[in-house]
Amino acid sequence: MVDDVRLPGTTSPVRVALFITCFNDTMFPQTGRAVVTVLERLGVTVDFPLEQTCCGQMHFNTGYAEETIPLVRRFVRVFADAEVVVSPSASCVGMVRDYYARVAELSGDAGLRREVQTITPRVVELSELLIDRLGVEDVGAYFPRRVTYHPTCHSLRMLHVGDRPLRLLRAVRGIDVVTLPEAEQCCGFGGTFAIKNADTSIAMVSDKIRAILDTGAEVCVSADNSCLMHIGGALSRQRAGVRTMHLAEILAQTKEDSAS
Amino acid sequence: MIDAGTPAFPEAARTALADTQLRHNLGHATRTIRAKRAGVVAEMPDWEELREAGRALKERVLRHLDAHLTQLEGSVTRAGGTVHWARDAEECNRIVGDLIAAHGAAEVVKAKSLTTEETGLNEALAQRGIRAWETDLAQLIIQLSDDAPSHILVPAIHKNREQIRALFARTLEEAPADLSDDPRELAETARRHLRKLFLEARVGISGVNFAVADTGTVSVVESEGNGRMCTTLPEVLISVMGIEKVIPTWEDLEIYLQLLPRSSTAERMNPYTSLWTGVTDGDGPREFHLVLVDNGRTHVLADTIGRQALNCIRCSACLNVCPVYERTGGHAYGSTYPGPIGAILTPMLTGMTGAGSLPYASSLCGACYEVCPVKINIPEVLVHLRHEEVARSTSTRGVRGRIAPEHVAMRAMARVFANRRLYEAAQRAGRLTQWPLVRDGKIRRLPGPLGGWTAARDLPAVPPQSFRDWWRERRP
Repeated sequence: MVDDVRLPGTTSPVRVALFITCFNDTMFPQTGRAVVTVLERLGVTVDFPLEQTCCGQMHFNTGYAEETIPLVRRFVRVFADAEVVVSPSASCVGMVRDYYARVAELSGDAGLRREVQTITPRVVELSELLIDRLGVEDVGAYFPRRVTYHPTCHSLRMLHVGDRPLRLLRAVRGIDVVTLPEAEQCCGFGGTFAIKNADTSIAMVSDKIRAILDTGAEVCVSADNSCLMHIGGALSRQRAGVRTMHLAEILAQTKEDSAS
Repeated sequence: MIDAGTPAFPEAARTALADTQLRHNLGHATRTIRAKRAGVVAEMPDWEELREAGRALKERVLRHLDAHLTQLEGSVTRAGGTVHWARDAEECNRIVGDLIAAHGAAEVVKAKSLTTEETGLNEALAQRGIRAWETDLAQLIIQLSDDAPSHILVPAIHKNREQIRALFARTLEEAPADLSDDPRELAETARRHLRKLFLEARVGISGVNFAVADTGTVSVVESEGNGRMCTTLPEVLISVMGIEKVIPTWEDLEIYLQLLPRSSTAERMNPYTSLWTGVTDGDGPREFHLVLVDNGRTHVLADTIGRQALNCIRCSACLNVCPVYERTGGHAYGSTYPGPIGAILTPMLTGMTGAGSLPYASSLCGACYEVCPVKINIPEVLVHLRHEEVARSTSTRGVRGRIAPEHVAMRAMARVFANRRLYEAAQRAGRLTQWPLVRDGKIRRLPGPLGGWTAARDLPAVPPQSFRDWWRERRP
């Protein structure tokens, strides 16, 4: 148990607001539960503002800029008081960090621009929170399985999380982390791309699946459940015998979990 | 010639994806060049600074494009050249055609030029009875097979040696009866064919990689030397350039001559860099014409987010790293400029009509932005153009646009996300109404447009308890 983890430059014990994302809230609640488990194990107090819904990424990236504005307003209002907002989705954090300023500009509302400017640096992805803010790599997890890590495009190229997730994984006891060939290639999800350009998307995920199977891993891990749903959907269709897990879910695992 | 988006990208891609030869050729070629590029970029300690310099300079040039262009016109004219201004493709083709006709030439040799590909120059000249011979080896292959280029730098990347052997044997009289698919033999056949043309042609046509405003120097960067044949042997040289290709000073070449070869061919230095300033007595062409082409570029310039596309130095690094391009090839984009750069440049140059599917031909993975030597944020522009496309399709298609299923669904979801109660009700509704689709916790078949997902991928069923329900239960 780590009792007294503090954010650099602050004196109060750590308190974070969880932005679960609409997608995880609805489709992958176990990831949210895992985030709470890991953070509480580290002595962090987790808040979950129930008024939160969606960051607006799907609308923004599909071309619906107008529809994104109220969602950005909502986000900055819901998390206005949070010192740190953490999310287990690199993609949604990327939306906030890279595009909220643009949405605020489109809204023509100077107030929203200011609010976005204030909140953006406080929104972090899980591995960023753990490594940069809390300064931990070993979160006390145990997971005796062979896993391979797929760095999602937005974690890699929008957030530049680098090897943070891998450092967290390698510190897990019992784990066997194997390198994924051509890891930095997109899995072909891309939000509505997977539907609008289904054929191309499928061609991309086929190659990703082949790379995963080549590793002999039991589990494919990632920092985004959206990409994992895509990869996992293809693995499941092929009855490949490999499952997908969010990084947080592995970090939440302990000896007791694997015994049960 | 730009014939954007016909058929739309998803349909064209479907055909391309089924072409196993294409997939094999492209997969091999792009993987090879990707690795080589990464190697020569990694050995540059100041690569990021160079990229930033390349971007910043282009941005500055674009901000004062008018001044740089008039300065270029003055410099070229003083050096003995003639500058022509072409508003669009038609005007460009007419100017070039008139110049050739004035010299009574029926055949011209051409160095590889994307701008003349964009304006459809060869077809326009053919209508006036002028035969334009492509002399870049890959471009010659494309011309002989009556095909379209599928890559900015390697137009025939989709063809393999055997396909080229068969083509040469069929179309070139210089081909020996026992022509093999040995690259040296193929190149030798093309060389014998081209050498004759170079020596006979009275007019040469080239594109332009960079034009230096303060000296009037024009530059073509290439690998084969055939471009230099076109720019030095004929009496008359006509160079066609997009107006964004101007750079202020000679020193500025330093930035781009480092960025371009490493990004495009993964070479430290390209084999042939030709630079010429007007005309020189007793050396090279006796007449030099520079045609400055707008053809939609000022329209791109007016777009504050999109104008960064004009930074492009046509290196094709974005194509080589693009996971979509690697699988579909260039033809699926239906435009002179394929790949990520084409997906943003084409709709802006030609207008969104007919090119509306191109900004969606990307998973927004960002690999293109990462390698772009002039830091064009392609994902940002793609998303920006998607906004324009949605605005266009809802405003121009009237009620039909507004009731299109995607628009209706997106608006409805926006309303749901804007209201916590509606959002939670939708979560419950999803759980309750999915049962006809769920088997063993998975959805294997979705109706309508969503069926694209389940064509090859399962979908997990919505689990019985949302995260927020768990949270509420845990902390009453």
